[in-house]
Amino acid sequence: MTEVLSEHVGSGSAGGALLEVEDLHVEFRTRAGVAKAVNGVTYSVDAGRTLAVLGESGSGKSVTAQTIMGILDMPPGRITGGEIRFRGVDLLKLPEDQRRKIRGEGISMVFQDALSALNPVFPVGWQIAEMFRMHRGTSRSDARKKAVELMDRVRIPAAKERVNDFPHQFSGGMRQRIMIAMAIALDPEVLIADEPTTALDVTVQAQIMGLLAELQRDSNMGLILITHDLGVVADVADEIAVMYGGRIVEKAPVHDLYRNPAHPYSKGLLESIPRVDLKGQELYAIKGMPPNLLEMPTGCAFHPRCPYRRDNCVTDVPPLYTISGTRGSACHYWREVIDDGSR
Amino acid sequence: MTAPAESILEVRDLVKHFPLTQGIVFKRQIGAIKAVDGVSFDLHRGETLGLVGESGCGKSTLAKLLMALERPTSGSVRVNGRDITQAKGGELKRMRRNIQMVMQDPYTSLNPRMTVGDIVGEPFEIHSDVVPKGGRRRKVQELLEVVGLNPDHINRYPHQFSGGQRQRIGIARGLALQPEIIICDEPVSALDVSIQAQVMNLLERLQNEFNLAYIFIAHDLSVVRHISDRVAVMYLGKIVELGRDREIYERPTHPYTQALLSAVPVPNPEGREQRQRIILQGDPPSPANPPSGCHFRTRCWKAQDICAQQEPLLEIRQGSDHPSACHFAEAKDVVNAP
Repeated sequence: MTEVLSEHVGSGSAGGALLEVEDLHVEFRTRAGVAKAVNGVTYSVDAGRTLAVLGESGSGKSVTAQTIMGILDMPPGRITGGEIRFRGVDLLKLPEDQRRKIRGEGISMVFQDALSALNPVFPVGWQIAEMFRMHRGTSRSDARKKAVELMDRVRIPAAKERVNDFPHQFSGGMRQRIMIAMAIALDPEVLIADEPTTALDVTVQAQIMGLLAELQRDSNMGLILITHDLGVVADVADEIAVMYGGRIVEKAPVHDLYRNPAHPYSKGLLESIPRVDLKGQELYAIKGMPPNLLEMPTGCAFHPRCPYRRDNCVTDVPPLYTISGTRGSACHYWREVIDDGSR
Repeated sequence: MTAPAESILEVRDLVKHFPLTQGIVFKRQIGAIKAVDGVSFDLHRGETLGLVGESGCGKSTLAKLLMALERPTSGSVRVNGRDITQAKGGELKRMRRNIQMVMQDPYTSLNPRMTVGDIVGEPFEIHSDVVPKGGRRRKVQELLEVVGLNPDHINRYPHQFSGGQRQRIGIARGLALQPEIIICDEPVSALDVSIQAQVMNLLERLQNEFNLAYIFIAHDLSVVRHISDRVAVMYLGKIVELGRDREIYERPTHPYTQALLSAVPVPNPEGREQRQRIILQGDPPSPANPPSGCHFRTRCWKAQDICAQQEPLLEIRQGSDHPSACHFAEAKDVVNAP
């Protein structure tokens, strides 16, 4: 069990977690003003565990991941505060050459759109082999052999014949497998998967999620799964962090969140899932729209859409209140939300 | 819900093959992509028919054929008894009024250089006899109000709206000519989760208000179930199973439908360790060269010799209450089964 998830923003390290993000702040300076994409995110993941980061577009979930990987475009991006500790070492203080070593060997990432993440002018085998050549100095022929092994491991049929094919010659699901092969090439300890199945059909999604689960079991990786799909989260997550407007609004073990959400936003999301027994009735819909990052609402970012809103929600930013050892909710009235239960 | 049996749209044996050619000067046909390969169904007035299937199964080509944006290789599409595939010129233009479309991506389906008023009012320019010139602006404002947008925003441009609002603009445009049929091609899949429910509710409200018939294409099976009266499952250009929503979701008989339903992640972590999944191996075969007999046999766990020799027809089979195109159709509840 990771007890770190309950950790309060700003309250020191719990120690022991493999990857810890603490009070991270990231903003983008644009012509239109400063967009505060990440406003104090704290989460952690342990070996063999799966943390799902759930949120809509603009909630800051991908920016957090890019900051962990060190692939954020700076400028316009700027990290204005916080720490990212991998095995206790703050990555943000490391020089670039050391970060480069960790990228791929320590932490690696799978992106949403494999077609744009892979290089279209090199064969896939060459791209997988590049990991070994760059990081390990493996010879070309050995690296190629390893690439074939990896393609076998992610179950690409006839890997040996396909190693010289280009990305466009593969189907969407197969391309995603190739990207997973690249990500696990150097046996990373943490894998970040940013919407890995969003562009895929459900049958292929099931294949890819199954593959990720199997690889995680084999090598005891920590997995950070970034998604907006409540179904995928329910299937694979151990812990969930729900993000809204650049903040974590709720953290909970998976069963607790689905049984009894403690934040009005998570509750609204769960209630807006179409349900069989409510067919023909109007769906519950969270009113309004996600916040504009350039003009964040004062106080709680969710207050313009919240049915529990009181006066102090407009003025006071709610901290992540501790509900129990493993749960937290950034709502002043989380007790009421929990008492109301899910519909 | 009891749908009146009056058919507004009758599709019979619809086929669309896109030729594959070789050579630059002398083009020879060397094959065909069988995008839609013999599809028949009826759509009743005021009903929603859900259309599900993987990418490449021909859903969007079917939508284009129904809109007469593509000419079919063979088959017919009758709208109120008249065949739209044979219609030309003025008649086609009049028929198209009756069948409109809401597109998937609200970011690319609206012209960024036109104001909302121009976008929603454009159908009136094309069909100039529907609303007299002087009344168009007012009519557009009414439409904006119907879909829940502020009528005063008529002079704004698409980029000034959020994704959900843009989809409402697309819906207002679809409603402008008061069609009886709207084809919704993945209308909510590009939207944020919290916005999807808003747009779904809007579509349902409009259906009741104007007695619209929807063809609702989506890959999100829970969304399709919520809105549809009947559901058609497509695989490689053919409908493999067709039935009322309960029949498809609770008693699917075609192995492909069963696999599709069991692949959908259930948004409830309870009992997830015990859940049995049917995971299909590989990808769908190419529609240029589909397998003989049953198109699904190459990925099917029930396949036997007969499946390669004889194509199963979409018909009601023993022990089932709705048509299924499988020789070994057998009802099985894959969603609630342990």
